[in-house]
Amino acid sequence: MRQTHYLIVGASHAALSALEAIRMADAENDITLVCRDDALPYSPTLLPYVVSGRSKAAFLRDEAWFAARRANYLRGCEVARIDAANGLARLAGGGAIGYRKLLVASGATPARPAIPGLADVRYHVLRTMDDAAALREALPCTKRAVVLGAGLIGMHAAENLAHAGAAVTILEREPQVLPAYFDATAAGLIASAFAQAGVEVRTGCGVERVEAAAGGCALTLGDGSRVPADLLLVGTGVVPATGLLEGSGVAIDRGVLVDDCMHTNVANIWAAGDVAQARGFGTQAKMLNGIVPCAVEQGRVAGMSMSEDPGIRPFPGGVRLNAYTFFGNRALSVGTAEEGEDCEVVTRIAQDARRYLKIVLRDGRLAGIFGINVGFDPGIMWELILRRIELGEAKARFLDDPQTTARALMSKRWR
Amino acid sequence: MSGYNTIAFDAGRCTGCGECMDACVQAKSEDGDLAHSRIRIVAGEAPDTWELAMCRQCGDPRCVQECPAAALAKNAESGVIDWNAETCVGCLLCTVGCTYGGIVWDESARHVIKCDTCGGDPACVKACGEGALKYLTTSRIYNEFGDLEDLFVPGLAGCQGCNTELLMRHTLRRVGPEVVLATPPGCVPGMGSVGYNGLTGSKVPVFHPLLTNTASMLTGIKRHYQRQGRDIVALALAGDGGAADVGFQSLSGAAERGEQILFVVIDNEGYMNTGMQRSGCTPYGAWTSTTPVGREAHGKRQDAKNLPLIMVAHRCAYVATASTAFMEDYYAKLERAIEATHRGFSYLHVYSPCTTGWRFPAQKNIEVARKAVESNFVMLWEYTPEEGLHLTRPADDPRPIEEYLEAQGKYRHLDADQIAHIRRHIDENVELIRNLCARPAASPLPARTALT
Ligand SMILES: Cc1cc2nc3c(=O)[nH]c(=O)nc-3n(C[C@H](O)[C@H](O)[C@H](O)COP(=O)(O)OP(=O)(O)OC[C@H]3O[C@@H](n4cnc5c(N)ncnc54)[C@H](O)[C@@H]3O)c2cc1C
Repeated sequence: MRQTHYLIVGASHAALSALEAIRMADAENDITLVCRDDALPYSPTLLPYVVSGRSKAAFLRDEAWFAARRANYLRGCEVARIDAANGLARLAGGGAIGYRKLLVASGATPARPAIPGLADVRYHVLRTMDDAAALREALPCTKRAVVLGAGLIGMHAAENLAHAGAAVTILEREPQVLPAYFDATAAGLIASAFAQAGVEVRTGCGVERVEAAAGGCALTLGDGSRVPADLLLVGTGVVPATGLLEGSGVAIDRGVLVDDCMHTNVANIWAAGDVAQARGFGTQAKMLNGIVPCAVEQGRVAGMSMSEDPGIRPFPGGVRLNAYTFFGNRALSVGTAEEGEDCEVVTRIAQDARRYLKIVLRDGRLAGIFGINVGFDPGIMWELILRRIELGEAKARFLDDPQTTARALMSKRWR
Repeated sequence: MSGYNTIAFDAGRCTGCGECMDACVQAKSEDGDLAHSRIRIVAGEAPDTWELAMCRQCGDPRCVQECPAAALAKNAESGVIDWNAETCVGCLLCTVGCTYGGIVWDESARHVIKCDTCGGDPACVKACGEGALKYLTTSRIYNEFGDLEDLFVPGLAGCQGCNTELLMRHTLRRVGPEVVLATPPGCVPGMGSVGYNGLTGSKVPVFHPLLTNTASMLTGIKRHYQRQGRDIVALALAGDGGAADVGFQSLSGAAERGEQILFVVIDNEGYMNTGMQRSGCTPYGAWTSTTPVGREAHGKRQDAKNLPLIMVAHRCAYVATASTAFMEDYYAKLERAIEATHRGFSYLHVYSPCTTGWRFPAQKNIEVARKAVESNFVMLWEYTPEEGLHLTRPADDPRPIEEYLEAQGKYRHLDADQIAHIRRHIDENVELIRNLCARPAASPLPARTALT
C-alpha cells in the first residue's frame, strides 16, 4: 500500500496552491495528489471556453511541474471513502493510500434540483472536461436549448449555445440573473445584453416538472406554460463534493466545516476550496464561496497550516468576488451589495446604459464595488476591503474615480 | 530559487511628469494611446505626491494561480510573469488576483496587459529623468556569489543574527582559492574559521597571527609568493580592535610600504569576541564592559578614531568603507579592492553591527546597519589616489540620529548632552568627508608600491 505524508484529494486551484505552500516550508516529506479525472489538472472555469472552442483544453500544470516539486500526481484515481480512524484513503478502484495529513480539495459537483421528472430525462451539466466535451458535441445539432439557472455556469453555457446558433431560453427562479453577484440594475443590464443577442431570459419563474418529449424534453413552468427543449442544461448551482467524507467523523454542514486555518474537526484533516465552508469576511457565519480566488487563498492557508509554516496568515474570511465577461462586455463584482443603515451607496449609470458603477461604503470603508464596462482593479478593491482601509479624506475622490484613487491608496499602503 | 532584476520606484523622487508612461506606450503600442501603458503613475493623496501601479513580477504570483487557462507563468530565467496571448481566454480572473493593479484590461486592445520589463531593458526607466524609476540588477550579484564555491566549512559558530559569517563567506568566495588567509584574534577565528580539533575551518591556507603582526606576516607571505612568481591574494579578515589599536603599527607599516595585501576590517566597534571591551573604534557614549554605565561613568568618553580616513592618509591603492546592509555596494568595492592589490595596499572597512555586544534583537541586524548609514553615523565612500574620495551611498536626507541610537541597548543611558555631542561629531565628520570629496587629487602620484 502506498504511504504518503501529505495526501491531497483534488488537483485543481485549491490543491495546487496548497502544494506550493507546503513546498515553501517542507522540502522533504512526500506529497501525493489524486485526481479523479484521467488527465493533467484543469480548471472548471475554463470549460465555457472549451465549449465555445476559444480554448483548447489547457492544463494548469504539467508533469515537469510536479516533478520539480517532488510531488506524485495520480490521475484517474478516485477516492471513495476516507477512513479517518486509520489514516487511509480508500480508492474507488480498490486499494488504499495511507496518509499522515490529508487535504480534501475535491471541489463541488453540479446541484441536481428536485424537480419532478428531471431524473428521467437527459440533460447536460458543466463541471468536468467530459461535460464540456459532451456539450460541445451537442452544440451543432441543437436548435432549441433551455438553461436552468442564471448563475455563472448557466449564463456562460447560454452564451455558448447562442453563439452556436440555438434558440436559447434561460429560466431563473429568482427575480434577476446572477443574484449572488449583482444588484437588480446591473442584472438588468446583463439580461438585456442576452436579450439583444436573441436569448430569452425568464426570471422569477420556477419549473414544476420535466417530461420527455420528442427529440428532447419539455418543461412545465409555475405559470402553467410549457417550454420544449432539444437540449437541457442544468446550472442551478453546485454542492460541495463531500461524499468521500461520509462516516469519517469530519463535521459537515453544507460543506466541510473549517476554521481560519482550514482545519476540520479531525486533527489531521484539512479542507479548502469549493468543498469547504469557511468563515465569511466580517462575520462569524460560515459560508460557501465557490470561486477561484477563494480556492487559491484557502489552499495556501491549508498548505501553510499542514506544513506548520510559522509565517502562516490565517484566512481573512470569504469575500464575494467575480469577474464575468459576456458578449464582449465586462462585469466586475467585489464585496457585498447589501445596503444597511450605516451604508453610503453611490450608483452611476451611463446614458447608453452599457455602463454601470455602484459603490457601497460602510463606516467610511469600502464594502462593495460593482461595475459593468467600468475600469477598476478588482484585486486592489478586494485588498482595500480586507485591510478595512479607512478612505478618510480620499473618500470624495474615491467615489468620483475609484480606479485611480484605489491605485494611489494601494501604492502608498502596501508599497 | 534565484534572484531577479526588478524595476524599483522611489515615490519621493517622482514628479508626475508622465514620461515613463509615454515611453511605455511608444515601446508597447501602435497608436501611442496612454491607455495602453503598462506603468501607471497616479496622483497621491497629498498634493504633488505620486504613486505607481504596475506589475511587481511577484515571486509567489497570485495571478498565475488564479488563471484557469495557464496563460500566465513565472519565467524561471528572467523572473518576469509571462503572458501568453494564445491561451488567454480573457476571463479577467488575473485582475482579481493581483493586489497591485499590475495586470489590467486594455479596452481597445481587447486583452489584458502587463509589464514585461521590455526584455530586461525597460523603456520607462530610461525615460525617467528624476531617478524615481530604477532598474535594479543587484540580484545578479547574489546569483553569481551563490554559484561561487564556498571556501569555509559549514557550521561556523557565530552569535545569533551575526552578519560576519555572511561577510567572511562571500568575501572568500569572491577572492577564490588562490589565497592565503590571515585571521587575527577576534570573532572571525572565534567562529571556527581557523579550525578546531586538528581540522582546518576553511578549504584554503589559513593562519592565526598575533593581533600585533597580521600585516607583517602577510607581507612576508605575499613577497614569498611574488618571488616564486605565483599570483595569490594575501588576505586579512581582521576585527577593528586588532586593526585600530594593538595591530596598528604593522598595518600602518604595510600600508606605508605599499605591500600588495587586501586587508578587510570587520568593524563591530569593540573587542566583542572576548567580552565586549572598548576599542579605538568604539563610538563616544557607547556602553562596553570596560566603559560601563553607573553613577560616574556613562559609557565611552572619547570619540572613535576614523580608521578608514587614517588609511586614506596612507595613500593606499584603494580604501573604502562598506556596510552589511548594502551588500551590493560591498560587492562592487570588493571587486575594486582585489584588483587594487596588483598596485598596492588595499583596505576595506566594513561596518558590521554586533547583536550581542550592541544589545539589540538578533533579527534587527540589517536594520541597525542600515540606520547607521541612513543617519550618517557612518558614511559609505571609496578612495583611490587617482579619483580621490567620493560617497557611494550618500544620505541626502538623513534620518534623525535618535532613530539609530534608540535601536540599540548600548546607548540606552545617553542623556541629552551626550546625544548632542554625538550629533555634533556626526556633523563634523560629514563636513570633513564632504570637503575631502570636493577635492579629488589634481595630478596624483601613483599609489605607493612595494619595492620588491
Ligand atoms: C462552468 C464554470 C465556470 C466558472 N466560472 C468561474 C469564474 O468565472 N470565476 C470564478 O472565480 N470561478 C468560476 N467557477 C468556479 C471555479 O471553477 C471553482 O471555484 C474552482 O475551480 C474551485 O476549485 P477547487 O480546487 O476547490 O475545486 P475543483 O476545481 O472543483 O476541483 C476539484 C478537484 O478534485 C478532484 N476530485 C473530486 N472528487 C474527487 C475524489 N473523490 N477523488 C479524487 N479526486 C477528486 C477533481 O478531479 C478535481 O481535480 C466556475 C465553475 C464552472 C463549473
